[in-house]
Amino acid sequence: MTGLHEDPGALLPELALAVAAVAGLLAGSWLPRRRQWLVRLLGAIGCTVGIAAAVVAATGPARTVFGGSYAVDTGLAVARVVILAGTLLVLAMAGGTLSGHRRETEFVVLLLLAALGAMVLAGTDDLLLLIAGYLLASVPLYALTAFDADPAGTEAALKYYLIGALFGVVLMLGVAALLAAGGGTDYPTLARTLPGAPPVLAAAGFVGVFGGLLFKAGGAPAQFWVPDVAEGAGTPVAAFVTTIPKIGALIAAYRLLDVAVPGVAGGRLLVAAVAAGTMTLGNLAAFAQTNPRRLLAYSTISQVGYLLMAVAAAGHAALALPGLGFYLAGYAVTNIGAFAVLAALPSATLDGHRGLFGRRPVLALALVICLLGLVGTPPTAIFVGKLSVFTAAFDANLLWLVVVAAANTLASLYYYLRWIVPLFQRDGAPHPTPAGRWPAAVAVTAAAGSLALGLAAEPVVHALSGHLLR
Amino acid sequence: MLSLVVFWPLLVGVGLLAVPRLPDRAVRWLWVAASAVDLALVVAIWVGYRGHGIGYQTNLAWIPSVGVGYHVGVDGLSLPLLAMTAVLFLACAIYSLRQRTRVRGFAALFLFLETVSLGLFVSLDLILFFVFFDLSIVGMYFVIAGWGHGDRQRSALKFFLYTFLGSLALLLGFIGLYLSATPHTFDMVALTRAHPLTGLGGGLALLAIGLGLAIKTPTVPFHTWLPPAHTDAPAAGSAILAGVLLKMGTYGFVRIAMPMLPDSWRRYALVAVVIGVVSVVYGALVALAQRDFKRMIAYTSVNHMGYILLAVGAAGLLGSGAAARSLAVTGAVTQMVSHGLITGALFLLSGVLYQRGGSYAMDSYGGLATRTPRFAMLTAAAAFASLGLPGFSGFIAEFQVFAGSLGPVPVATAIAVLGILLTAALFLAALRRVFLGGYRAPRGATVTDLTAVEAVAIVPLMLLALLIGVLPRFLLDLIEPAARTAAELVAR
Repeated sequence: MTGLHEDPGALLPELALAVAAVAGLLAGSWLPRRRQWLVRLLGAIGCTVGIAAAVVAATGPARTVFGGSYAVDTGLAVARVVILAGTLLVLAMAGGTLSGHRRETEFVVLLLLAALGAMVLAGTDDLLLLIAGYLLASVPLYALTAFDADPAGTEAALKYYLIGALFGVVLMLGVAALLAAGGGTDYPTLARTLPGAPPVLAAAGFVGVFGGLLFKAGGAPAQFWVPDVAEGAGTPVAAFVTTIPKIGALIAAYRLLDVAVPGVAGGRLLVAAVAAGTMTLGNLAAFAQTNPRRLLAYSTISQVGYLLMAVAAAGHAALALPGLGFYLAGYAVTNIGAFAVLAALPSATLDGHRGLFGRRPVLALALVICLLGLVGTPPTAIFVGKLSVFTAAFDANLLWLVVVAAANTLASLYYYLRWIVPLFQRDGAPHPTPAGRWPAAVAVTAAAGSLALGLAAEPVVHALSGHLLR
Repeated sequence: MLSLVVFWPLLVGVGLLAVPRLPDRAVRWLWVAASAVDLALVVAIWVGYRGHGIGYQTNLAWIPSVGVGYHVGVDGLSLPLLAMTAVLFLACAIYSLRQRTRVRGFAALFLFLETVSLGLFVSLDLILFFVFFDLSIVGMYFVIAGWGHGDRQRSALKFFLYTFLGSLALLLGFIGLYLSATPHTFDMVALTRAHPLTGLGGGLALLAIGLGLAIKTPTVPFHTWLPPAHTDAPAAGSAILAGVLLKMGTYGFVRIAMPMLPDSWRRYALVAVVIGVVSVVYGALVALAQRDFKRMIAYTSVNHMGYILLAVGAAGLLGSGAAARSLAVTGAVTQMVSHGLITGALFLLSGVLYQRGGSYAMDSYGGLATRTPRFAMLTAAAAFASLGLPGFSGFIAEFQVFAGSLGPVPVATAIAVLGILLTAALFLAALRRVFLGGYRAPRGATVTDLTAVEAVAIVPLMLLALLIGVLPRFLLDLIEPAARTAAELVAR
């Protein structure tokens, strides 16, 4: 490694986050509790600077830095912008409950570090860096899940941690197998050597690494932690955990399949099968849920299934990468919007928001837009994402997968409607106490963003057209 | 200009929602005014539309990276439907002047639906078409679930799930068309010119698109969502659902399935003919067995949509000459307009019945003609128009359908003509039960005659049906050139 001297400017967004995290930690240790909002502000500034730097970097040529271990290309660009924007939304959403909290600083710093980890996952062109990203994106989130130190959160964190540790080991075994098969950990080497390597060893290695990424994405069969964390953690944390790590993990999976192991036999088919299984499992399990957070958790599992369709089409369809990137952006804003409504009006049951349209029409409309957005109803962002992802899978000769996904979309409509319908009914149910203005503002912003992103999709899709760096 | 027509209702609807503390009365009148302005704009477009081909085109890049454009325009196939839609929405707005519950949301929702319906008929891009198609389902779901009666939640859910399944099938077919064209595009005009899919791929795309449209139309055996949706929807909702939303399916056959997949359409046209005839006879028979006035009308819609399918199927068969093809397509489009007007009127009339007596059960009424002569006369006129009596638009349409289909599929046409006999029987029976004999009404109900507002909403629909029935040339002159083009496209 030639060291940081090579081109530190290439990592400006990552550096912005890291600096904000470290400075926040230092500042937080002497700021009085009433002033800790300054740390949150610092985090927000870090994200904003990062977004600006990422946009500037995206206009430059794609390249790898640090000895080819980190790719600054379209894939990383979309991950950077979406992760930072999502983190910003979550920080704003946490505004209501977090201000004046005695561990406000810790919350912000852990959030920033986890976001940094997700970004590293998205950009890495080297299996060792992938492990580092995996750990950085995981460990802060274990702590954040148990942040409120209540029994539900603690139990969720334990489950999250145990499954995370297990899949971390699987990931490292996979890395070891690929290293043994291909004689290196960087993707270009693997791409060169794996076609001639023992197929079983290479396949086992791919399965292991992909399994680790599935845990981060929350896809089957590594999805068990998702509903518990979504229910047990604080709402902003739940929103973060079900959104941000996915972005890094899915871009990483795409990069792995597209750049490192296109030669591994059966890789695409495995991803396609996992996609079909994940979406079906998520949707079926969502049917019976009565808790909106668990419902969103299973919904997010099914969304991973749709997203994996683009990964399965990697390298075989022009729309695979734009589709994945756009879907991720649309998903992030929509999912955070739905959680923001829950943060604004906490409710333990789907019925808890009965009659919301009569009392808070704007918030109710925001929720409807987000939920219909998750279904993929036009003209929301996820519709364009689904359209591109379906087209990409169709183009990659995965028609069966598209049919499965269409059937799943239909099934998903049912449980989203179970939440939407009570909003318009009249009832004197006990109203949840509203939690400040910040979460409601985030919900409305996110819903508007989802619509705007869907209607003005072109610049984004266009910016995403291209290939990953090989 | 066209975009203004499409988005004007939406603008007004958003305005209604945004202005706080607007009294209900103002909301209702603003709604009527907005719909009237839109109808005036459509009339202006009709007057300004000259000759052949697509007029008033706007073609903007929307998401060119995915081959999606904002491409709208009108021709002889879409303009009549556009006008019918504007008329029917105005009628519903006037009819709803007596709406009392949650007026603001109701008006905004209908204005949204108007934008969506108009948008669909002017779309010349498959994804734009799909966007409006899907949004029509969302809008109608909230109309039924929010303002319906009876088991409305269940009916609305069934409607949503069933038609959403259709829209997903449609989307698969569209993606197939998109991928088969070089360069990839969703533009209808380009796809019609290229008709890229033949053979197995074309068959599969037609299967997906046909399934989606058949569910929306609806035809037997995909019609099961329709009766509960209609029965439990508010009267204005039923009128829009039957008058406008069903046409989205049949219009899709003429606009998308036939011209873009001509080879496959010709190969499988017999399937459309068979399904059409089955829908005609089955729909009429089941309607005959109904005791619920509104449900009966719902089933006659299945019957009437069957004629359209028969016509478009016959137009694809080899035996038919160019003249017969074009006649059948003309008949199909005329039937769409005619059915929209007449069924819209019938559903609004059934709403009058429900509003007075709180029931649609025909057995609980009797001899109403003595107490409510205007209501009885108007219902009788609508019923006769619906069964295809000469002098009304339905006759013109059905005559053309049969004349165009008789050559290529004589047996099927003969069976379909029986459908007219059945509808005549069922409407006469219904009229006798409700309006003749001794006076009877549900307990505690006093059945009063049509109010002025109701008459102003419904009578113009019947007058238009009469106008088309007596002087059809103004409509046919518009449809015929476009129908000829469509017939040529399917024959190539």
